[in-house]
Amino acid sequence: MGLEAILQKDGFITTTIDALVAWSRKSSVWPMPMGISCCAIEMIAAADPKYDIARFGSEVMRFTPRQCDLMIVAGTVTYKMAQVVRRIYDQMPDPKWVIAMGACTSSGGMYRSYSVVQGIDQFLPVDVYTAGCPPRPENLLNALMAIQEKISKTKARQFQNRSMAELENAQI
Amino acid sequence: MPKSDFMEIKELITKKIKDRFNQAVEEISDFRNDLCFTIQKDKIVELAKYLKEDPELEFLMCKDVTVIDWAARKNRFTTVYHVYSFKLNFNLRLKVNIDVDPPAVETITSVWKSADWYERETFDMYGIKFLNHPDLRRMYMPEGFEHYPLRKDFPVIGIPGSLPLPNKAE
Repeated sequence: MGLEAILQKDGFITTTIDALVAWSRKSSVWPMPMGISCCAIEMIAAADPKYDIARFGSEVMRFTPRQCDLMIVAGTVTYKMAQVVRRIYDQMPDPKWVIAMGACTSSGGMYRSYSVVQGIDQFLPVDVYTAGCPPRPENLLNALMAIQEKISKTKARQFQNRSMAELENAQI
Repeated sequence: MPKSDFMEIKELITKKIKDRFNQAVEEISDFRNDLCFTIQKDKIVELAKYLKEDPELEFLMCKDVTVIDWAARKNRFTTVYHVYSFKLNFNLRLKVNIDVDPPAVETITSVWKSADWYERETFDMYGIKFLNHPDLRRMYMPEGFEHYPLRKDFPVIGIPGSLPLPNKAE
């Protein structure tokens, strides 16, 4: 009784390109594991068989930013590290999303200190904040579902960068 | 180690240092068997060399170099050295009072090479200048940072704008 049973006969579905693209985008959000400190352990736990982030199509943790859609900033970001995080974020292709995982990334957390950035939203556009110190894997999955919800509402053309638009206008 | 042996070692060290550096020793404290010598600023390298090279003592290992910021008094800073002798299985503490203007003391890296990074860290956090140090650069804070974060007059949350942050991405 799988998908094959339904597809035994020829058939068709009606949808929009936007809906199809958004569906495929949200079902394969590849994370950039920016595991900077203890939150990374919970992020790894979310990928293990018990919590199984693969159910959401996000099991492909890519260690190169060029293949990622979602940056999970998991851990305390210091001012020195902020430069690195921003640089990796800049290398990710559009469209891209950011989860601020845990108290440190959201607000500085318990590190109310000269060396820690008091919230990564000072230099990154954060989509979802996750509470907890560290958040449990369920909480990260919940954040991922919130990201999926957000993606499902996007339009396919929304993320075309300018050079592509220019190419289109040039009618090559 | 039996307690009597420990007492003997302590007396031996105290006697040896007293004999040789009598003028330069400012204070000897023995709080809960933690032996501590406060020595004059210009004698610290000589004392360090003596402790390391004396065949009866052989304090071969420098475990830690740090500083106390007393915030308000004449000698504002006190550098603290922890050294260890494998031969005697004994920890010894040395202290040097230094003034704030300028907060400088001779490096002990000429005696214990391991003090290199300890002194760098101390410089980074407290701004103590270790004279003739081989590589006195910032360790934790970025180069170009102008303040010393662990000084008592440095605000906990830092000085706004003193550390650069990337511009906000779109």
